[in-house]
Amino acid sequence: MEFELSSDQKLFLATARDFLEKDYPLDRIRRTGEETTGFDRDWWARAAELGWTALLVPEELGGGSISGNGVRDLALLAEELGTGLAPGALLATNAVLAGLVAAHGTGPDHTAEIEALVAGESIASWAVYEPEGQWDPLAPALTASPLDGGGFRLEGAKDRVEAAGQADLLLVTAATPDGTAQFLVPAGADGVTVEPQRSLDLARAFGAVRFDGVRVAESALVGRPGDDRAVERQLQVALVVQCAEVCGGLVRMFDATLRWAFDRYAFGRPIASYQALKHRFADKRTWIEACQATTSAAAAAVQEESADAARLVSVAKAFVGDRSLAVLQDCVQIHGGIGVTWEHDLHLFLRRATADHSLYGTPDEHRRRVAGLAGL
Amino acid sequence: MTDTTESIESFRARARAWLADNMPRLADAARLSGDDPAHWERARELQRKLHAGGFAGICFPEEYGGLGLPYAYQQAFSEEAEGYEMPIVLNIPSFSICCATLLDVGSEEQKREHIGAAIRGEEVLCQFLSEPSGGSDLAGLITRAERDGENWVINGAKIWSTFAYGADYGLCLARTDPEKPKHDGLTMFLMPTRAPGLTMNRIRMSDGTDEFCEEFFDNVVLGPEHVVGRVNDGWTVASRQLYHERTAVGGGSIYTSGYGQPPTRSRPDIVDLVRRAGRAADPDVRRTVGEAIVMSTVHEQLVERVSAGIEGGHLPPAAASVPRLFHAEETEAHADALVRAAGASAAVASAGNAFEDVGLHYLCRQAGSLGGGSSEMARNLISERLLGMPREQAADRGIPFNQIKRGTR
Ligand SMILES: Cc1cc2nc3c(=O)[nH]c(=O)nc-3n(C[C@H](O)[C@H](O)[C@H](O)COP(=O)(O)OP(=O)(O)OC[C@H]3O[C@@H](n4cnc5c(N)ncnc54)[C@H](O)[C@@H]3O)c2cc1C
Repeated sequence: MEFELSSDQKLFLATARDFLEKDYPLDRIRRTGEETTGFDRDWWARAAELGWTALLVPEELGGGSISGNGVRDLALLAEELGTGLAPGALLATNAVLAGLVAAHGTGPDHTAEIEALVAGESIASWAVYEPEGQWDPLAPALTASPLDGGGFRLEGAKDRVEAAGQADLLLVTAATPDGTAQFLVPAGADGVTVEPQRSLDLARAFGAVRFDGVRVAESALVGRPGDDRAVERQLQVALVVQCAEVCGGLVRMFDATLRWAFDRYAFGRPIASYQALKHRFADKRTWIEACQATTSAAAAAVQEESADAARLVSVAKAFVGDRSLAVLQDCVQIHGGIGVTWEHDLHLFLRRATADHSLYGTPDEHRRRVAGLAGL
Repeated sequence: MTDTTESIESFRARARAWLADNMPRLADAARLSGDDPAHWERARELQRKLHAGGFAGICFPEEYGGLGLPYAYQQAFSEEAEGYEMPIVLNIPSFSICCATLLDVGSEEQKREHIGAAIRGEEVLCQFLSEPSGGSDLAGLITRAERDGENWVINGAKIWSTFAYGADYGLCLARTDPEKPKHDGLTMFLMPTRAPGLTMNRIRMSDGTDEFCEEFFDNVVLGPEHVVGRVNDGWTVASRQLYHERTAVGGGSIYTSGYGQPPTRSRPDIVDLVRRAGRAADPDVRRTVGEAIVMSTVHEQLVERVSAGIEGGHLPPAAASVPRLFHAEETEAHADALVRAAGASAAVASAGNAFEDVGLHYLCRQAGSLGGGSSEMARNLISERLLGMPREQAADRGIPFNQIKRGTR
């Protein structure tokens, strides 16, 4: 996605690639079939040792980036892991960390939780969607009612919570009398129940989580009620990770489809020689370059916390979200019958891209956000 | 300005101050349509101002009248120049295609004379490439140049030459040897647009404007100093020219100064349009507006990425067709979005509605997919040169030009 990488970045990415290929080759992901239960905890702890959870966290909180630009490093890592369709909690944990770091110093202290997440000792996920709901992070139905003796009582339900079954901490959006707030709730707290949900993406598990009278202390608050900045930051990081991982998968499937077109013959010539298909390859090549351009521009804006970051992540999501599916479905088409089989790799990436298309705001939702940000 | 060690920041600050003192504000500019001769006078005048101020030809070498600075300086200047009236109409094709080509392949003499004159606002250049018989198959052109002593005598016709009526010279590709295969018998000439024997007509476009021209050459005589590159090596010159054209049309030329489009093709502002049409609350319209902004933003990001990629050697030069193709898609999408967003306001003109802008703009929706080489040709280039896919079968490859079959239209 970026043209110029430092030798440290190259090493970081090569290590990530080897680590993933050794333990989670595509065949293992395919074999897990539809009973996705998640990933190996020890594996995640080792991934954390490689730095996957440290990139967005300042050094004084136990983190550290590769290049000094943590968001861009994270985007590169996500692209690499997207190429290999990695399981794990990269998006989930880093989105939560983005929020915790953004809110650091504005509310109760979460240094210990941040450190445990960076170390891979614990896993966190953002509980933001609600059953049957669309993307609307600032209007949760789940309530957090202040208790007389201090603390809050959480009542409500979330779903599409990534890695819900494996998360130790849930970052829960909730309505309070003072506006939307976020709470860091231990998954093992009384009143929390997790129900697995069938996931389109074979490498990623999701779950529905109920909060029945869950009592949390004041110290579970992240930032202050009514301060939406952390939520926006989490969204921005989630979108950068999504777009980057999709870019990785797109390049891999495009290359595979191009090779196929050279090798596959019809009417005595390679199908790559038909102009109808050549032109579609040219379009796909163009769109993929554009996906990379918009994703790296979004990552740079989020890195710099620029005023335009909100708009640019939405631009990227709107574009990558739809074009990725167009590219992948056309790759299926150019493969012919083999393209719609379980044995082929295409559906593994199509599953990931479709899930990413729908989560954290659909492309259309982001188009409307872009219109709003343009002053309409 | 010859101090190349000046930092970008200092250059930018100097540009800002100079612009404020010298250039007219865009808001005060008379709205001259691009096909109005007064527009051309104005553009030359603005260019002369830029030159007098030491801000013209920023990326052209100093020996040819430019400043010899890296692109980042030009970008800084263009950013600072937003809100000022700039000679935008000179960007394409004069500076970014014609002067860029002369810089690559022109003689020392031609470079000194013509690039310098263009930078000073004294000369404007245009392209005489396409012919009535075809534009995509450029090497199949039939305009002939025959030797007469040391001179050349040119007969034939060119068409679709943008802004030729405002230009002084056209880069004109002609056949000098019909016995050779089609690419091998061509020569590029720098032809004065007012040469005796040249007749120029304006062509009316579907939106009623006439920025296109057609030219007929009836024994136009040119001396040897008008040949650009070598005789019968015109395809090398044309290839550079087409490369610069794709880059310029795609939006990635380093030789353009100032952002925006000339007024003939200026596009209505979609946010403003929706407000005027009273449709801002409609979620469907909001989606349409968002999509238009997404496309134009991604286009800019793509141009930046591919320019950097080619410059840094990470992408081959053939990648210049990528933003060119996306530019076409973006302009089509934008024209569609405008019509959708305007709703019922696109059909008739009445006070304050959007008809003029939107409906007329829509008529030339395909211009961006044809001018600068069609989208189909861009797809051929991307698939063949960038992806290495098999070339299209060509019935005329290697055959002497005068034995090739030609169509009847
Ligand atoms: C706004 C604008 C500005 C222009 N400015 C200039 C200028 O300044 N100077 C100049 O010389 N020309 C200029 N042109 C002309 C332009 O370059 C030609 O219109 C263009 O190259 C197409 O040529 P044509 O019109 O002859 O169409 P044709 O070449 O006849 O093509 C007709 C159709 O066939 C398709 N086609 C042709 N060959 C192939 C192929 N191998 N595979 C698939 N499809 C194919 C084309 O894409 C097109 O859709 C301009 C055109 C426009 C619209």
